[in-house]
Amino acid sequence: MRSKRATFAPAAVASRSQIVIYSLLGLISLAGLADATYLTAQSLSGETMVCGGSPDCFKVLGSPYAHLGRIPLALVGAIAYFSVFSFAILAAFGYAKVRRFLLITVWSMFAVTLWLLYTQAFILHAFCRYCLFSAAMVFLLAGLIVASRPP
Amino acid sequence: MPSSKAIKSFLPFVIIGLVAALTITIGAMLYRAKRVAAVTMSEEQTVAAQATDSVHARGSADAPVTLEEFGDFQCPPCGRLAGSLQEIEKDYGARLRVIFRNFPFAIHEHAREAAYAAEAAGLQGHFWEMHDLLYREQANWSKTKDVQPLFTSYAGMLGLNLDRFKTDMSSEKVKEKVESDQNRGEALGVKNTPTIFINNQSVPPTSLNPIALRAAIDAALREKKAPE
Repeated sequence: MRSKRATFAPAAVASRSQIVIYSLLGLISLAGLADATYLTAQSLSGETMVCGGSPDCFKVLGSPYAHLGRIPLALVGAIAYFSVFSFAILAAFGYAKVRRFLLITVWSMFAVTLWLLYTQAFILHAFCRYCLFSAAMVFLLAGLIVASRPP
Repeated sequence: MPSSKAIKSFLPFVIIGLVAALTITIGAMLYRAKRVAAVTMSEEQTVAAQATDSVHARGSADAPVTLEEFGDFQCPPCGRLAGSLQEIEKDYGARLRVIFRNFPFAIHEHAREAAYAAEAAGLQGHFWEMHDLLYREQANWSKTKDVQPLFTSYAGMLGLNLDRFKTDMSSEKVKEKVESDQNRGEALGVKNTPTIFINNQSVPPTSLNPIALRAAIDAALREKKAPE
């Protein structure tokens, strides 16, 4: 009987171009993770509920759309970026099975990003530069995922 | 010695673990740096607040709880809180006294003019009416390029002497009042608006919502009822 561990092991060596793409995915997700971590700290400390700290952001991050119940959306974003980073690193080391999770996570983030951009543009009429940076990172991730598709 | 294959299978998990640890550490450091430390007013600062003749206060002077707000009329969170504060004032009645201090930010184009308008209305005994009106109409005048005609029309709605209102808005007396409020805020370490003190103890930004504010007022009332 094969152990569970044996099924989650590097299946094959990733090609050179795949390693480059997965490394780029890892780096971009790290940038997104830094941004989302900053926003999470800002939200948990209450800075987004006041004026003075981040004038561009309080309108967006202080709105009800920036929270899922009591959980800041930025925290969910940080977890998503961390997941992408983890899957990208594992994929780069030959764990081919995580590629599916990588795809699901990135495309889910892409869908949420589109919704958030719509919310900022048409509901809140305000843009937060940190959120726009995050959106740019997600678009880059999606672009790389498309580029990394096997022919 | 572990083989290169074993190292290769461990390495990604080591990298992931390191990034997780680093993220949590940096996140915690950022949170600590951003969290506003609770400030308690000194006795001197408390006495200074009560001794000022021109302090704008609503509610009984003998109220067991005093809520002092540093606000900016163009600040959206202040505007959102203003409505809730009015409800709280109604519900607590004689048990709560509310003091308002101007703390206009330079990043808000019309905040200083709005503070002058409120103070000018105050010179005719209508500070709070103008205060409520400015917050209620915040979304409208904030987007206007020239706010002076709008503020004058608000003064008209409140039945003020318009010539006097216009003169007072640019008077030294009004400017000095706003300046003095701001100086007091800076001395207390106010960096954001709204900043609220309940019985001389600052309220953290995360508690600037109706539920948490009511809880803080209730706690202050309990403290007054059962002094140590």
